[in-house]
Amino acid sequence: MLALHVTLARAFRLTGNHLALKTILKLKELTKKFGSLTAVDALTFDIQKGNVYGILGPNGSGKSTTLGMVLNVVNPSSGSFEWFGGDMNTHEALKKVGAIIESPNFYPSMSAEDNLKLVCKIKGVNYSRIDDVLEIVNLHDRKKDHFKSYSLGMKQRLAIASALLNDPEILILDEPTNGLDPQGIHQIREIIKKIAADGMTILLASHLLDEVEKVCSHVVVIRKGVKLYAGPVDELNATHGFFELKSEQKDKLKSFLATHSAIERYDEEDNDLIKAILAQPYEAKFLNQECFEKGILLTHLVKRKETLEEQFLKLTKNQ
Amino acid sequence: MKRLFLIEFHKLRNNRAAKILSLIYFILFSAIALFTSIKFNFGSIDFRLADQGIFNFPFIWHFNAYFVAFLKLFLAVVIVSMVSSEYTNRTLKQNLIDGLSKKEFILSKFYGVLGFAFASTLLLFIVSLVLGLIFSDYDEFSIIFSDLEYIFAYFLKLVGFFSLCLFFGILLKRSAFALGFLFLLWIFEGIVQLFVKFQAESLDVILNVLPLQSMSNLIIEPFTRLGIVKSAATQLNSEFTKSYDVEWSAILIVLAWSFIFIYSSWKLLQKRDL
Repeated sequence: MLALHVTLARAFRLTGNHLALKTILKLKELTKKFGSLTAVDALTFDIQKGNVYGILGPNGSGKSTTLGMVLNVVNPSSGSFEWFGGDMNTHEALKKVGAIIESPNFYPSMSAEDNLKLVCKIKGVNYSRIDDVLEIVNLHDRKKDHFKSYSLGMKQRLAIASALLNDPEILILDEPTNGLDPQGIHQIREIIKKIAADGMTILLASHLLDEVEKVCSHVVVIRKGVKLYAGPVDELNATHGFFELKSEQKDKLKSFLATHSAIERYDEEDNDLIKAILAQPYEAKFLNQECFEKGILLTHLVKRKETLEEQFLKLTKNQ
Repeated sequence: MKRLFLIEFHKLRNNRAAKILSLIYFILFSAIALFTSIKFNFGSIDFRLADQGIFNFPFIWHFNAYFVAFLKLFLAVVIVSMVSSEYTNRTLKQNLIDGLSKKEFILSKFYGVLGFAFASTLLLFIVSLVLGLIFSDYDEFSIIFSDLEYIFAYFLKLVGFFSLCLFFGILLKRSAFALGFLFLLWIFEGIVQLFVKFQAESLDVILNVLPLQSMSNLIIEPFTRLGIVKSAATQLNSEFTKSYDVEWSAILIVLAWSFIFIYSSWKLLQKRDL
């Protein structure tokens, strides 16, 4: 939970710093059909500079297809998108974008350094940042080795290095920790956190919620190609949170909760826990005191907000 | 253009298979030239291919351009694999994401094709020039540099053929399939040729527009032009006349095919989701 609060705090700080918001990417009714299957259905949302966005969705929800379209590898069936206000070609715009998708794709018999040189040539930037980005992802001492000799974790880190080469306006990461071992996942996360802390705009697609929760200020939730929510993480969670309570005097506790003005309603959970949803902001210490005065002894009291995972499940279930 | 060529060159320079195959190609190329200048001793007869007049200017331009053209198959493998490996390694996708447009991608490959064709042509020119200077009976400047259209035709033939390889590579995504298809096309054209010859002679115009046939029409076989063979042929058939010139129609057809192959490669890639 702390992580979410830190993230939210950062979100406020970031939006505060970027009062004059600049739209980096705009999607308008973007649609992709594969035969009779609609993979992406009229998706509309904006990406503003300085925010960290998460695209959430279960496997096969159209995340990668959406990114494929804005990255010029998948042709949209209808709808449109524009980069940086729409005054340049997609491929020109992509030179200012850093993106990695699904698996790291490089030339196997080229060294890491030569692969990055090629990316520099394509993006039209000079070689000066190659050493810096290799340093960021901790691959500097392996830069002369062939790409094919790399482990998956190293390949993924090289992909991030490559995406950072042009000092991009936005970094797009599609499932960056897919298939990595715990150590690799941790390394990638640390790198992403570091980059996010520098104020870079990031678009992170993932079905791993805690991954998104740890770094994102905004989320776009899609399911079966349809947008369910797009906006700040804290607005997705527009409630006042809830208390988790446990007591041996369960019935007494329940009748107390039913009459309490700050409690909207309560649910009984499986493991004897009572979940009391708040109707207004309320402090845990007051509730604790009131219970004690009524002679109810609490054995468990936690105030929390729903995790992204819980909200996400709720959101995708309701539709 | 320079940027795209450098991108392709960077890829080729760091691709071991392409490097080795190209090296074999250029070594074979030079080796064949050397081979012809070797003196064979068949008992009491000294035989040297070079003494048969094949290295006389300007005939050497024609002879060499025709003779070494079969080696292009080596480079065809390089061209096909430099396209299909972009699919299998998914680097094509990455190139596009990094900011190359599909058109630029095809153009960079086409510049690679032009580069290979140009390097081969230059080598052909140098090797022929050296052999000619050593063995030719004529060495006047005006004779040496006459009939150079065969060198140009050779260049065009390679460009056309490599463009076809490029197209098959883009179309089929796998080098084995692409090379197999090339072979099938060759057989198919052979069958069409036989059919036209024996069944429908009036259709022989279409033979000239078949892609592989049109490329081979650029440089007509030089053997019947050789002194000995020619005199034999005229004796058998006194009306034996044949044009060995590089025909404008052949040039135009091959240019058209090259354009069609490159353009369709682009259109094909544009339509595809990667």
